[in-house]
Amino acid sequence: MTPELKGYLLLSAIKMLIVFTIIMIGVALLTLMERKVSAWMQNRHGPNRVGWAGLLQPAADGVKNILKEETLPALANKWLFTMAPAFSFIPALLLSAVIPFAAPLPVDFDFSLGPLGRFVHHGPMPMVVADLPVGFLFVIAISSLGVYGIALAGWSSNSKYALLGGLRASAQMISYEVAMGLSLIPVLLMSGDVSFSTIIAKQQAGLWYVMPLFLSFFIFTIAGFAETNRLPFDLPEAESELITGYHTEYSAMKFSFFFIAEYANVVTVCAMVTTLFFGGWDIPFTDWDRTGGLLATLVTWLVFFFKVLFWIFVVMWIRWTLPRFRYDQLMALGWKVMMPLALAYIMVTCTAIYLVERVFGIQGPVAGSLVLFGLNLVIAFLVFGLLDSGIFIRGSGHRQQVLTERGTRAAVAG
Amino acid sequence: MAIGVKVMKRPDRQVSYVRATLKGMVLTFKHMLEKKVTMQYPEQKSTDADHGMGVYALTNRWRGTHRMLTDEQGRSKCVACGLCPQICPANCIKLVPGEDEQGHRYPLIYEIDEFRCIFCGYCQEVCPEEAIHVGVHFENSEYSRGRFVYDLERLQSQTHAVSTLWDPSDPKGE
Repeated sequence: MTPELKGYLLLSAIKMLIVFTIIMIGVALLTLMERKVSAWMQNRHGPNRVGWAGLLQPAADGVKNILKEETLPALANKWLFTMAPAFSFIPALLLSAVIPFAAPLPVDFDFSLGPLGRFVHHGPMPMVVADLPVGFLFVIAISSLGVYGIALAGWSSNSKYALLGGLRASAQMISYEVAMGLSLIPVLLMSGDVSFSTIIAKQQAGLWYVMPLFLSFFIFTIAGFAETNRLPFDLPEAESELITGYHTEYSAMKFSFFFIAEYANVVTVCAMVTTLFFGGWDIPFTDWDRTGGLLATLVTWLVFFFKVLFWIFVVMWIRWTLPRFRYDQLMALGWKVMMPLALAYIMVTCTAIYLVERVFGIQGPVAGSLVLFGLNLVIAFLVFGLLDSGIFIRGSGHRQQVLTERGTRAAVAG
Repeated sequence: MAIGVKVMKRPDRQVSYVRATLKGMVLTFKHMLEKKVTMQYPEQKSTDADHGMGVYALTNRWRGTHRMLTDEQGRSKCVACGLCPQICPANCIKLVPGEDEQGHRYPLIYEIDEFRCIFCGYCQEVCPEEAIHVGVHFENSEYSRGRFVYDLERLQSQTHAVSTLWDPSDPKGE
């Protein structure tokens, strides 16, 4: 091994450790945040007994879950039943490896460690565990693996409720993956690259992609909600209907692993939204964050942290605002609204970028983005003002109308 | 609709689900800033004189743990007439009457089983001496079941406020 490779491995190991620790602690604290936010929205205090303002509540929950009895349902497939929490947990955690969380930090060292030999590293170190060139393709690929954990958990429990929950979860996640993938194509068109560091660099040069690609952001966020099985798309869980769905038969730490996976997924989706549409660790209106140095790294890390935290709050906010969709509404929204909308948006963005760059010859990232931003205002008005008028998702008020139509049709046929 | 299902008339045009969602989110956010309504129980109690939670006070009509009132000499007001065990629907009052040399009747044994009691308040209503009362009090935890049988001494040593029972002829307590 060359000293450079050893230096690289050393830094990677340190970054892995840091990211893993932050994600695990963060997920634990998110369970507390969820309960606090829900409490505040219902004029309650939330957990405030364990530790200062309830900060040790996650620790108490963890101890409780570890001490509880592990149950195994009769005739359950033992191996899959045990592995399913890991199947849903590992992809969720894996995704945090590819998201850049701060400005690159210049690191220079050259030292020897006894029998291990020399460690050398020069130049800026990207603050991401693995700066993959395949970028968000990796995220889409790995996040779709999460469905295995859920489907297998439902199937291996040997319980009809868990099986139904698992089936619903698989159908939902697969449906929304389509819209999610399609909504990212405009990002690819704008940036010309799928790697996260390039996408962030392009956003720093121009505008944050939420402005020129607003509809993409909208579709991606909604698909993200569905992917993480959060309300209003929490049909796989559906506490009131399926007694929590796919993890009905789980107890103790296995059960809480599903929760850790869910929250890790929420973190990842929020980090994706931040990175793809809100400039990642970029601080707007200044170039100082790109000058490098320890301070810039720390400040950009904090900025990234607060952006992600804001989106996590929005996720919780929506969860405690909206009721659950009906299953047919969910599917209608995914296949009949999100997917065509994303497809049409790809066409529009393609055409717009071609016109801006080739036909009108508008140069410079900011000018082009501004033109697209103007276009998006029009599209947003069309979508939210005209299309979204009770045409796609019909309330039960349509029941009579549907029955009447059906009756007329039957009369004609008869 | 044969079984009388009421189908709500819902507007199905000119309704934007995005706008409705945003409206709901504004509402929930407003609730985040409002005053919390939870009473912090062990610190604040609804039986406290001033717990800062006005409307959550127990009413004086609350029928809780019994209390035996005493006269100036510290003896119980009970004259062991036997009306309360007679009227008690749950049969939870045990009374053995005694009589001293001046002919004053007093209870030798007076026990109330708080487990069997249904807190109807008839004992208080029927008592001619206004001795036994149900009280404005609700914390009765004990470590053993035997401790739930309150004897005379324990009933006398209670200090909580007593219930002012509801009078049907004066429903608002005026």
